Amino acid sequence: MYAPEFLREAQRQLGVCNACRYCEGYCAVFPALELRTEIASGDLTYLANLCHDCRDCYTACMFTPPHEFAINIPKVLADARVRTYEHYSRPRVLALFRRSVAGTAAISLGGIVAVWLAIVTFLGPVVLTVAHRGPGAFYTVAPWLAIIVPAIAISLYGAVVAVVGAWEFSRDIRGGPTPADASARPLPADQPPATVKPTRAADVWRAALDAVTLRFLKGGGAGCYYPRQRGSSQRRILHHFVAGGFLAALISTTIAAIEQDILGRMPPFPLLSLPVVFGVAGGVLLIVGTTGLVGLKMRSDAEPTSAVMTAMDYAFLVLLDLVAITGMLLLVLRETRLMPSLLVVHLGLLVGLFITAPYGKFIHFVYRYLALARRAGEERLETLAGETQAGH
Amino acid sequence: MVRPRTDGQPPLDADVVVAGGGNAALCAAIEAASHGARVLLLERAPEHMRGGNSRHTRNIRYLHDERTAYVTGPYRRDEFLDDLLRVGGGQANRAHAETAIAESRLVPEWMARQGVRWQQPLRGTLHLSRTNLFFLGGGKALVNTYYDRALRLGVRVRYDAAVTGVEDRGTAGCAVLAEIAGAKQAIPCRALVVAAGGFEANIDWLARYWGEAARRFLIRGTPYNDGTMLAALLERGAQPVGDPKGFHALAIDARSPRFDGGIVTRVDSLPFGIVVNTDGHRFYDEGEDIWPKRYAIWGGLVAAQPGQLAYSIFDAKSWGRFIPPAYPPFRADTMPALALQLDLHREQFLATVEMFNRGAPAVRRIDMSALDGSATSGVTPPKTNWASRLDTPPFYAFPVRPGITFTYLGVTVDAQTRVITASGAPMPHVYAAGECMSGNILASGYLGGFGLTIGTVFGRLAGREAAAHAMGRETGGGARPAAAAGHVRA
Repeated sequence: MYAPEFLREAQRQLGVCNACRYCEGYCAVFPALELRTEIASGDLTYLANLCHDCRDCYTACMFTPPHEFAINIPKVLADARVRTYEHYSRPRVLALFRRSVAGTAAISLGGIVAVWLAIVTFLGPVVLTVAHRGPGAFYTVAPWLAIIVPAIAISLYGAVVAVVGAWEFSRDIRGGPTPADASARPLPADQPPATVKPTRAADVWRAALDAVTLRFLKGGGAGCYYPRQRGSSQRRILHHFVAGGFLAALISTTIAAIEQDILGRMPPFPLLSLPVVFGVAGGVLLIVGTTGLVGLKMRSDAEPTSAVMTAMDYAFLVLLDLVAITGMLLLVLRETRLMPSLLVVHLGLLVGLFITAPYGKFIHFVYRYLALARRAGEERLETLAGETQAGH
Repeated sequence: MVRPRTDGQPPLDADVVVAGGGNAALCAAIEAASHGARVLLLERAPEHMRGGNSRHTRNIRYLHDERTAYVTGPYRRDEFLDDLLRVGGGQANRAHAETAIAESRLVPEWMARQGVRWQQPLRGTLHLSRTNLFFLGGGKALVNTYYDRALRLGVRVRYDAAVTGVEDRGTAGCAVLAEIAGAKQAIPCRALVVAAGGFEANIDWLARYWGEAARRFLIRGTPYNDGTMLAALLERGAQPVGDPKGFHALAIDARSPRFDGGIVTRVDSLPFGIVVNTDGHRFYDEGEDIWPKRYAIWGGLVAAQPGQLAYSIFDAKSWGRFIPPAYPPFRADTMPALALQLDLHREQFLATVEMFNRGAPAVRRIDMSALDGSATSGVTPPKTNWASRLDTPPFYAFPVRPGITFTYLGVTVDAQTRVITASGAPMPHVYAAGECMSGNILASGYLGGFGLTIGTVFGRLAGREAAAHAMGRETGGGARPAAAAGHVRA
């Protein structure tokens, strides 16, 4: 999965970390590393996806370039994550387009053009130039079936890609520490090796909490050295905004579907209705979150990261930001003649967002969560072993 | 971060100049600035290498009466003092030792106020120590926090700034001679705190005592500790303290960088097998005492071997039992094949292994947590614990050389950290803290995390005393200048 020279370099750097261990209090990556004396390809994938890119280890490292050890763990792990997304999101040939901002932009533009062409071809250009009001106004521009069928198709496709990737990823990271590795701990933790056990319900729950709270972006209490040389919570908070915003938008869509299909109320909904309230909350959170994260990224040090990963981050954040902005504009301008054009752009961008989702940064939560679940299991066993030891 | 600029800038001056940029220097700068002094900190290294050997530290030893979330039990004054006198061979200046211990109680609270964080316990309490407090992220994170704090307090920091000497200017204070980014300057100030470390990175100085062998020593820390200020103070008549020839050294991987390899070059395999020199002979009991107590003697032992090189040899039974060093071991399926990879006398090496194996018991799993009494018989020198036949392939070897951590030679200071001259009088305006005066407290031996305790306690003390000296002079000579008063912090 990795180029041999890349794997060797990652092994070299992680070997230095494993001999040092000063960073073990920052996040889950280092305690997980300490259980392993030799890093196989699956271990690298696991560690890379545990990494939340807070960069505290880079800031604290005595061995970063120009030191001859040239340790740059955030970069190595970001490179490995890029490779993870490429490898596990099938078909792999599609990885080509999303390695650049241009690829994502092209697909999103293609989405807009496709929506526009479809409307012009089937409904004629006139619907795009006049204002539409009253129940079902949106559907005069883009008929309900024409929205729902492609949306379901694209989402299902993405879900299948994610599930297949998740299955293969879990299988590959399950290698785990061998019994010999597990005994390689700092003296006096000289104890019988922990055996690899399957993930339990408790681990699934623990990992969910770790993911939702972004526990490992807290840097063991130091915050995240991002964008610059001082611990900060900005990135974690902004990530909460984006995740929360996305969730709110999803809730808004779900309630809208219920209102329309079960209660028979057609959109546009009144300003104080649940879909609009959730939609506005989601939109604002998404705009603040994505814009803020783009701002942080622009001010952050490019040294401890991968250029490809940065491009993926920008592509995803900007696209999500644009979807949220057009969504909010659509709400404000829904009574005007601009509505049809905005709707075309919004739907087109959504097409772009969901087509690129399994191949871009969006997919990170799947692999990160699975890595966290694996780690939760290891942590449970270690704590158990620790308590047994302390009891002696 | 403010970058140093000297071109077109007004000439530097300060109430207190701090020479050095590690833990003791930063503690002095922070404390002096907190007490209202205008402070200029001159760090010899470029910004990315700032912090001296403090970059490589990990924890701090301190006095406490009970267990907390971060330490597993009490560490009281009597035990602390016993430890100190035992490792130091009783040479400590008793008053300074008592100060270090008593003041260490308040150190964690002070550190936390500056923004330092502690490492949360991992895996139950296994990772905690009883005597030492682990700060999150290690020494470079500590140093980063202190620089951040110092800059917020208004301390001016110059990097690439080597302090080379100090001139007494009587009632006007003193002038610090420095070379900042290549330009020579005389900086007027009221007091100077020297916290510029030892001389372990000065190979020529080491060679004065160790001859050509010094050229093959590795230096575990910063390449900037060349002892310039230590030499300048001694030349001006400071009373030396500590064995000039003395240093703390471990056996570290021979492939390590010449300087600054830090913790990752440490080799922990020595007690698991045998250690041979390039003549192929064993030369010391590898099982003398439990490893944490004895690992520090191996730097000196290897320094006395031909070519200052030795090999730690062990077999598959021990692989994975210790923290692996940054470099991979040599490995082979037979001892002769392993010998081919090593730069030593092969026949003698194989004979040594054979003799050891004849005299050693067959032990399957070595228990390193205690002296197990598993000893060789009829082998010279004996291995008195953890002796086990080297019989399970593959066989492994790590090459080791002496890796110097720090030197003991320093200057004598009084209770106010003033540098004392041979006549017993204090040198005017000059204070010292950290490694360059730790010989007052620990003239030999090693106590983990205690160097940082000395640096913090005496760095803070030197900062307060230097500030008081600087301010006292001014208030004695008239009103304090308003500009300086503006730096006062609560």
